[in-house]
Amino acid sequence: MSADFLYGIEVVINGLMAGVLYALVALGFVLIYKASGIFNYAQGVMALFSALTLAGIMSGQVPFAHLINAIFGTDIHYFGWNVPVLAAIILTLIVMVIFAWCVQRFVFRHLVGQEPIILFMATIGLAYFLEGVGDLMWGSDIKTLNVGLPQGGSRFVEDATAGLGGDDFFGFFIDKLDMVATVVAIILVAGLIAFSQYTKQGRAMRAVADDHQAALSVGISLNFIWVLVWSLAGLVALVAGIMWGAKSGVQFSLSLIALKALPVLMLGGFTSIPGAIVGGLIIGVGEKLFEYLIGAPYLGGATENWFAYVLALLFLVFRPQGLFGERIIERV
Amino acid sequence: MNEAVMDKNAPYVTEDGRQIGGVMMDLRDITLRFGGVEAIKAISFDIREGEIRAIIGPNGAGKSSMLNVISGFYKPQEGEVYFRGQKRPPMKPYQVARQGVARTFQNIALFQGMSVLDNVMTGRMGHIKSNMLAQAIWAGKAQREENENREAVERIIDFLEIQAIRKTPVGRLPYGLKKRVELARALAAEPDLLLLDEPMAGMNVEEKEDMSRFILDVNDEFGTTIALIEHDMGVVMDLSDRVVVMDYGRKIGDGTPDEVRNNQEVIDAYLGVAHD
Repeated sequence: MSADFLYGIEVVINGLMAGVLYALVALGFVLIYKASGIFNYAQGVMALFSALTLAGIMSGQVPFAHLINAIFGTDIHYFGWNVPVLAAIILTLIVMVIFAWCVQRFVFRHLVGQEPIILFMATIGLAYFLEGVGDLMWGSDIKTLNVGLPQGGSRFVEDATAGLGGDDFFGFFIDKLDMVATVVAIILVAGLIAFSQYTKQGRAMRAVADDHQAALSVGISLNFIWVLVWSLAGLVALVAGIMWGAKSGVQFSLSLIALKALPVLMLGGFTSIPGAIVGGLIIGVGEKLFEYLIGAPYLGGATENWFAYVLALLFLVFRPQGLFGERIIERV
Repeated sequence: MNEAVMDKNAPYVTEDGRQIGGVMMDLRDITLRFGGVEAIKAISFDIREGEIRAIIGPNGAGKSSMLNVISGFYKPQEGEVYFRGQKRPPMKPYQVARQGVARTFQNIALFQGMSVLDNVMTGRMGHIKSNMLAQAIWAGKAQREENENREAVERIIDFLEIQAIRKTPVGRLPYGLKKRVELARALAAEPDLLLLDEPMAGMNVEEKEDMSRFILDVNDEFGTTIALIEHDMGVVMDLSDRVVVMDYGRKIGDGTPDEVRNNQEVIDAYLGVAHD
């Protein structure tokens, strides 16, 4: 096999793995959109906030330290302990559940039955609010998030594949973190599917997504389901936050990864979990392959920044409901 | 009205041999307003255990509103609801449902994207007790419970003769079958009180006969108390033990079908009255 062809395959594999991370963010959007019809602009900020919280808890940071110090004239910043990874993750999850409850109790409970655009605006407000809270709680400096995930290229894969090509091929370079992210994403999706298909709460979630009145009439509490859905979105955000945070550090630009989820959703459809995954993979592979084959040689590179959006635009023109979305049929 | 019906706690046996018990649900002076419009004006009536109670009246009389009050979808401004002898505090619809009151809707409210089986399974919501994790991984107890619920659901599916469409997404079914699936979902909850909002609206004669048979069978075999709204007078007279008649939010008649049929006010409401 020629080295060029093998590099092409490597690009595809790396694209798939980048796509998994996009899919993770998109998944959070789909969960909330399906169950409540809310397009949650704050999903990216939730990923940022959960990563900040996790990093903060692990390093024993005092939440709201600046605020406390400013008010009481104290000078505390750290508790002076380090929380083990697993305990910190569980604590962060609890924080995300509390956040979910607050969102439902103080925002969306008062907006039941409002236009989708109003709900969307509310989530924009929520995004900025959460970003501010994250800043106030944990400070605005860039944090490293070291949860013990392996980093760097996998020597194993490199050695194992080096023999495939000729002398100028040195094996596939695949980031270990990407491999872990893929495995975690698969587990997460399998878990979510098991949850929604086989549990009472999952069935109730699908029921609420389908028809509110009917759900009430069989004894489902809408409030409970919505808190549950936001909690699940929080869990997905945390997983995405850990992966992205481990990759590039926990910084406020992390919330912008949510923007990359938009083309994924347009491709996959807003209402389909498999759609979010396939959409993420297509965008991931598409942008890497486009860069490798056309972008870098002919267009001067850096096509990864816009390729996804152009692809999404094409989809909007020819298949507005996405690959897997429900067909929009107006009966007259 | 005869003596037995007047005495609220005395059970009696109908002509066709069904046992009618004491009062299950008692509505006292219910008034419901939407802004300035009074949809229900100080109405009182009761529903007795084991009976089929019909609510009839011309369009806009407030029948559906009444059913919505009973099932908790509307909160009346005045009046009290007594359920099994206890005054019911203001409740959300899902809480009422968990108390054993199931219902169907005038404009069918089914989960369109789910299969018939899944739809009916949602009716079992209150009968699943094991925790989320156990259900997700199908641990022993959860699996046994799921199987029990499946059996109960299959019994109801057999009972309503919808075996053939078990796996079909509800959105694809014709109207008459959707109505039947909705009834199946309500029955799956094994309710004490079943509320049917126009179960036969828009059906042809044959479908109406089927539905009437099912309603009678449900009442007979499971002993379920049923309150229903219906326009077809023939059906109402055949099915129900007692009838409440509403017009413009007021109650204008209450009694056995025969009594109601001969009530002058009811006749006027239905046929119109000459004004000079």
